[in-house]
Amino acid sequence: MTEVFLDPTAELNPAAKALLPRLQSLEGKTIGLLDINKPRGDVLLNRLERLFTEHGVLVRRYSKPTMTRVAPLAVRQQIAAECDAVVEALAD
Amino acid sequence: MTSNPLSYIVVLKKDCPTCALVAPVVAQMQASDCNVEIWSQDDPGFPAIATKVSDDRNLEQSWRLKIETVPTLIRLENDTESERTVGWDRQEWQRLFESDQLGLALPAFRPGCGSRSVEPGMPEKLALRFGDISLGSRRIEIGDMEDPIESCYERGWSDGLPVVPPTELRVVRMLVGTGRDPKEVLGMVPPDLQPCTVEKVAINAVMAGCKPEYLPVVIAAVEACLIDEFCMHGLLATTWLSGPMVIVNGPIAKAIGMNSGGNALGQGNRANATIGRALQLVIRNVGGGKPGGVDRSTLGNPGKYTFCFAEDEEGSCWESLAQQRGFSAEQSTVTLFAADGVQGLADQKSRDPESLCRSLAAGLLTVGHPKFAMLSDAFVILVPEHQRIFADASWSKQQVLDRLTELTTRHGSELISGVDGIAEGMPDYVKDMDLPKFKPGGLNIVRAGGTAGLFSAIVGGWLASGDMGSSPVSKEIVE
Repeated sequence: MTEVFLDPTAELNPAAKALLPRLQSLEGKTIGLLDINKPRGDVLLNRLERLFTEHGVLVRRYSKPTMTRVAPLAVRQQIAAECDAVVEALAD
Repeated sequence: MTSNPLSYIVVLKKDCPTCALVAPVVAQMQASDCNVEIWSQDDPGFPAIATKVSDDRNLEQSWRLKIETVPTLIRLENDTESERTVGWDRQEWQRLFESDQLGLALPAFRPGCGSRSVEPGMPEKLALRFGDISLGSRRIEIGDMEDPIESCYERGWSDGLPVVPPTELRVVRMLVGTGRDPKEVLGMVPPDLQPCTVEKVAINAVMAGCKPEYLPVVIAAVEACLIDEFCMHGLLATTWLSGPMVIVNGPIAKAIGMNSGGNALGQGNRANATIGRALQLVIRNVGGGKPGGVDRSTLGNPGKYTFCFAEDEEGSCWESLAQQRGFSAEQSTVTLFAADGVQGLADQKSRDPESLCRSLAAGLLTVGHPKFAMLSDAFVILVPEHQRIFADASWSKQQVLDRLTELTTRHGSELISGVDGIAEGMPDYVKDMDLPKFKPGGLNIVRAGGTAGLFSAIVGGWLASGDMGSSPVSKEIVE
């Protein structure tokens, strides 16, 4: 059953959870590319890596052991520690 | 039947021996030419001998009719209640029903049972379901798959510890703790200067883990922190360590079970723990004051989770802090102080006031920095065994404060920058002055703590005391 809470704040922010702030620029940033281990995900990620690298952006590659589960905690922590943003390839 | 201006309502429950006793009577009433409605709170098949029974298992009728006892007999004239009687009182039932034939086989009197609509927690549930309670706060729906406590964390509502999810029912129950209008605005909470209603305080009190009877104390603490002299905005924003310390005086402390004895400054007492926490959650959630945001404290201190206790007035030989600040012993109050943290002060050997004052003074001189004067205020939390030394010598609190002021007054030449090989210190222009450590009124004493142990405490305060920053403030608690 859906629970309803009363907002404890001054209600200055939207009720929906906010997205993390987006990057304003790629300059000097490290971008993670996460392969979820689904066929042909690497095609997209390889192309992105080439594009990012051409723009002088540092790229790091990661992969999930299986597409069927969320990424293991260690992988998520490693991405958070090493990258400013991450691109996850979802499609076949 | 319709031409009869009289009609009746009887509310019953099966789980009540008196209701079972009156079952034949209500059946007899229904068989008359009067309109008699029977509402059953727990079983629409009860009483079986009645012609017609209405189902009130959701207790809506009982709530609307304000039933407190079953059976209740209500007499209506032209559909308006004129009288009611509770329990079984033959004379009363006969009088209301205008028949001396009612219940002749029954005993003359039997008391009733409690109505299901007034069982603990039920009135608020029914008020929420059927009443016109209007809580103004935005509703936030939590998804089926979300953990309620985790979702509070994700929305940034927590101080780091789990909070109690603020459901409508919990907030309505919390508001029972005060007679004040939920819409009443207490003031503008810094740093965002947002209006804080009694309702917002109640929501945060729920999250902090308060019981409804603590709410008046939390409201008073919020009101106190909004008094200009307390300078809550600066206290939040400072890089110094301090945060609000709440001292409760008066009868309410005992009434709600606050701790003023052993471990009074420590963990384990729900009122102490949650009242201080609720104040901090109001600053965080209503005011938007968060570490890394406007809260720029370099270190902070553990009291910024919660720092609240009651003064031990019962065993004290002195007037309480509240009395000293102009309140009577019958008034309940909160006093807020911009506090750093707790510094222990052991003295197991002093047996006379002078020696103990010298110990306390030595500790007090270190507040802020040993070479600072007139910057911080301080509280001495004096334990019973230390206070007894003053009581035995018939010293008043003022005598102790006066002596401590003398003993903590130092010559400026000892305090200026560079002296003792320490670059920190007071400016050169004070070098020919005598400098009291604390501004007038800046040193306070309260009694708290267990009966064993010659260990008092000093709570130093924000370096910006008095007009340049924060002064202690008090507020009466209104229930």
